[in-house]
Amino acid sequence: MAAAESYPDDLKYHHEHDWARLDGDEAVVGITWFAADALGELVHFEPPEPGATVAKDASYGEVESVKAVSDLVAPLSGEVVEVNQKVVDAPETVNDDPYGEGWLLRIRLADASEVDSLLDVEAYKQVLAES
Amino acid sequence: MTHPFLALTDRDRRAMLRTIGVSSVEELFRDIPAGMRFGRELDLEPPLAEQELSAHLAELAARNVDTTRELSFLGAGIYDHYVPAVVDTVLQRGEFLTAYTPYQPEMSQGVLQSIFEYQTAICELTGMDVSNASGYDGTTVTADACYMAKHATGRTRIVVTEATHPQVRQVVKTYAPGFGLDVVEVPHRDGLTDPEEVRAAAAGAAAVIFQQPNFFGCLEPAPELAAAANEGEALAVAHVDPLSLGLLEAPGRYGCAIALGEGQAAGNVPSYGGPHYGFLAARQEFIRRMPGRIVGETVDAAGERGYVLTLQTREQHIRREKATSNITTNQTLLALGGLVYLTWLGPQGLRELGETCLSLSAYAKRQLRERAGLELVFPERTTFKEFAVRVGRNAREVIRAAREHGVHPGYGLGRDYAGMDDVLLVAVTEKRTPAEIDRLADVLAEVAL
Amino acid sequence: MKLIYEKSQPGRRASALPRHEGLPAPEVPEELRRAEPPRLPEVPEFELVRHFTELSTRNFGIDSGFYPLGSCTMKYNPRVNERLVALPGFAQLHPLQEEEGAQGALELEWRLQEILAEVTGLDAVSLQPAAGSQGELTGLMLVRAHFEQRGESEQRRKVVIPDTAHGTNPASVTMAGYEVTPVRTDARGNVDLEDLRGKVDEHTAALMLTNPSTLGLFDENIDEIQRIFHAAGALMYYDGANLNAVCGISRPGDMGFDIVHINLHKTFSQPHGGGGPGGGPIAVRKVLEPFLPVPAVVRLEGGGFGLDFDRPSSIGKVRGFTGPFGVFVRSYAYLRMYGPRLREMSEAAVLNANYVLARLGEAYELPFDRLCMHEFVLSARGLKRSHGVTALDVAKRLMDYGFHPPTVYFPLIVAEALMVEPTETETKETLDAFCDAMLAIAREAAEQPELLKEAPHGRPVGRLDEVRAAKQPVVKYGFEAHPELEAERPPVAAEAPKGA
Repeated sequence: MAAAESYPDDLKYHHEHDWARLDGDEAVVGITWFAADALGELVHFEPPEPGATVAKDASYGEVESVKAVSDLVAPLSGEVVEVNQKVVDAPETVNDDPYGEGWLLRIRLADASEVDSLLDVEAYKQVLAES
Repeated sequence: MTHPFLALTDRDRRAMLRTIGVSSVEELFRDIPAGMRFGRELDLEPPLAEQELSAHLAELAARNVDTTRELSFLGAGIYDHYVPAVVDTVLQRGEFLTAYTPYQPEMSQGVLQSIFEYQTAICELTGMDVSNASGYDGTTVTADACYMAKHATGRTRIVVTEATHPQVRQVVKTYAPGFGLDVVEVPHRDGLTDPEEVRAAAAGAAAVIFQQPNFFGCLEPAPELAAAANEGEALAVAHVDPLSLGLLEAPGRYGCAIALGEGQAAGNVPSYGGPHYGFLAARQEFIRRMPGRIVGETVDAAGERGYVLTLQTREQHIRREKATSNITTNQTLLALGGLVYLTWLGPQGLRELGETCLSLSAYAKRQLRERAGLELVFPERTTFKEFAVRVGRNAREVIRAAREHGVHPGYGLGRDYAGMDDVLLVAVTEKRTPAEIDRLADVLAEVAL
Repeated sequence: MKLIYEKSQPGRRASALPRHEGLPAPEVPEELRRAEPPRLPEVPEFELVRHFTELSTRNFGIDSGFYPLGSCTMKYNPRVNERLVALPGFAQLHPLQEEEGAQGALELEWRLQEILAEVTGLDAVSLQPAAGSQGELTGLMLVRAHFEQRGESEQRRKVVIPDTAHGTNPASVTMAGYEVTPVRTDARGNVDLEDLRGKVDEHTAALMLTNPSTLGLFDENIDEIQRIFHAAGALMYYDGANLNAVCGISRPGDMGFDIVHINLHKTFSQPHGGGGPGGGPIAVRKVLEPFLPVPAVVRLEGGGFGLDFDRPSSIGKVRGFTGPFGVFVRSYAYLRMYGPRLREMSEAAVLNANYVLARLGEAYELPFDRLCMHEFVLSARGLKRSHGVTALDVAKRLMDYGFHPPTVYFPLIVAEALMVEPTETETKETLDAFCDAMLAIAREAAEQPELLKEAPHGRPVGRLDEVRAAKQPVVKYGFEAHPELEAERPPVAAEAPKGA
């Protein structure tokens, strides 16, 4: 079952509809409900390899539904520590639980100060309202 | 007078213009700037009635010397194999002939299921896991494979054997600059490719392309070539004759990543070079890099089995500039001809056909040696249905002289290979008889040397 | 229905082949010999015919009924063409036949080139490309060759494409080694000139434009557009997908285009065959002729026709031989039956489209309220907002009325797009029946939306689960999952020819 629309308060957001949950010098990243809903049921997740580096604002992979494909934009720079294998095996997990089970990567941050440029939930909701 | 392919009467036209709210058909074109309206009638010959058209085209057709009017041993990529009547019967069904791409699966289960069956047949022939729904021909699917290999390996060099069809190499070289690829050729040694030379070239290459049987008709040490490619971590790409695959091992069983080729021999008439179909099949790991359409099985709302175009996110209409290929229109109808033909043959028929080609061409080699006194260019090599023979003088002159006797003796290799001006490539399909081969030998005995 | 593989029984076959006695029987060397035979179907001939006949009844073609699939030009395919293409002088002609033995074929190709040059208003034609998308790629290779000759190929890396373009355009741009510069569409459905002006400069190699566009609109600013590109030293490429609107009415060459591809399977009636074959000849200005693919089909000075391989500036070859010849036979025949009356063909196509548009404009939203050319785009946005019914639902419900649906969800810039191209092939009665169905569906959307949601009702299958097909792709028959069909299969005998 696809989740109902929500944007948790404790996350940082990127205007390309990605989120980051900070955890010390690491972060877990994923895509927002809005992005998952716009794509429809996901059928494929093309992740980077663990150990690869991702750069803020650049694409690190792709997700696909039947009729659409979307680049995944890294909200922060860092090294991939872990890929969510559950999403690789069952991509629809993202639609079901975009902020929980449907996380995509765990990364070790390269530059913690980048966090300052991300949006808080109110600012992200403003982005959605304007789009 | 209304044209036979048009329907609107003056009365229809008046009513329609009224509904639209304009006074003339001309007014419908008002968005075209005046300077860009074509101010005269097209300078074309007057329309022909069907009967006149038929007479005109019959006259043009009569000025071609086709394989029913001349005993032909031409091959070199396009072969005069027998096409059974059932192929015509199926391809002339209007529901297949006049349908578009099956984007609406509920309207297109016939085409979709037939493509699924075709994909299965191609995978069975080649020993691969996934086949697309067809490419344009044997040359363009090879270029497609180069694009796949570039993205799969991140490398930019393509190795192709010199014993691969010259037109295949030429098309690959035409596409390569746009793909950002360099192409290097590995020479043949007495009609075969040396695996050691492939091994050296394969290091750092994206793909190694070889043809089996090769352009000279010789059986390459294909498993060794594939192994040499794999050692260099290049994709091994086998360009194969589908009708050889009843006898020859499937490329998927000897380490190839991709198997592809020209489908014409299986179920299409020569038709002066097209339209035919190219087939392309690969191992499972390349499924998301495949060019063109792929049909997949699924179920409908009631749980009934059905077929849809699948993995469409690879394709141009979704992935646009990042697509695995720009291909849209393909060769579905010709591939359907291929499926019908392979179904007609069945596994036993495919094997017998191969044996017959092998036997007849062996007989032809013997007769050309013994009866016509000619020399084989690569006498030590095992061939399938085609072989190279030296005719003692310029092959083009020999062809001209032989055709005066009603025999087309084969393809002159001088255009494609240095030092082969006096070499003919002779193709012998199951349509030739021993008596016809004797006739070839007699004519060559007279006009060659 | 069953797959042909599920009807297969070991020991049956449809073919009998000639066998010869007393011939040599060479062996394939063991290391090259096939170990396991391919599991091709084993059926008698009549089962083969019945199987494919049944499959055909589960398919819809232009012979079956109205097929207003936008951007695809689903017009009638004359039956005489099928008879002509099967003449032995065409069907059984080997492409490597000596030129003097192929004069009829070469003359047909040369005459088709001449006709296409006249229709497009350009100077030289190559028939070689196998389809529209290959025509595009070939055209872009010509662009590169042109700028290489002028020493500008390093500098000109960008190809401008409007946001309404077919996906093939950007895909071809990448395959040709160029970069896409997208340009917006303005409120009237034309290329946004302001956006364009900022994007065309000395780095621009070409524009790729479909005109009329995929919105079915003729670009009112085409003259200004061609001036912008030519002033910047760039070339103009015409995607001929929509040529059916303008034959004899406006020629791409006269609009300022330098390269055109023609979709023979759209405008000139090569049957689509369930997805192909097609033909994508390209026509070019004189200055680009030296770069065209080899061999060129030429009229010889001493009379007769020949193949010219001696084109040192040529880009090379894009497919085998001279192109898909059987496609040329059909399109040549079609063109000869029209001659200068091609203009009537395009007029009827445009009149039909405007008529259907006029009847449907009220019930569906019109993103661009203008006269259209040969096709138009509606939006089901209003139905979605009010009744939760999508363009896809409308499309599926049309099947219940016996029509093939229009193209949906394209072009991408129109939400819930329904792209309708009636073509010139239809009677007013058919057009009215289609309009009546579309209007009835708009009413049903309000009154009984579930009728649309659950459609189609009378097809061989209902709506299919595309998510499942994409997630766990099953792309060939699973023999392994059906061992009962394998149990009795004897190994295929390595039968030596009799008498060997």
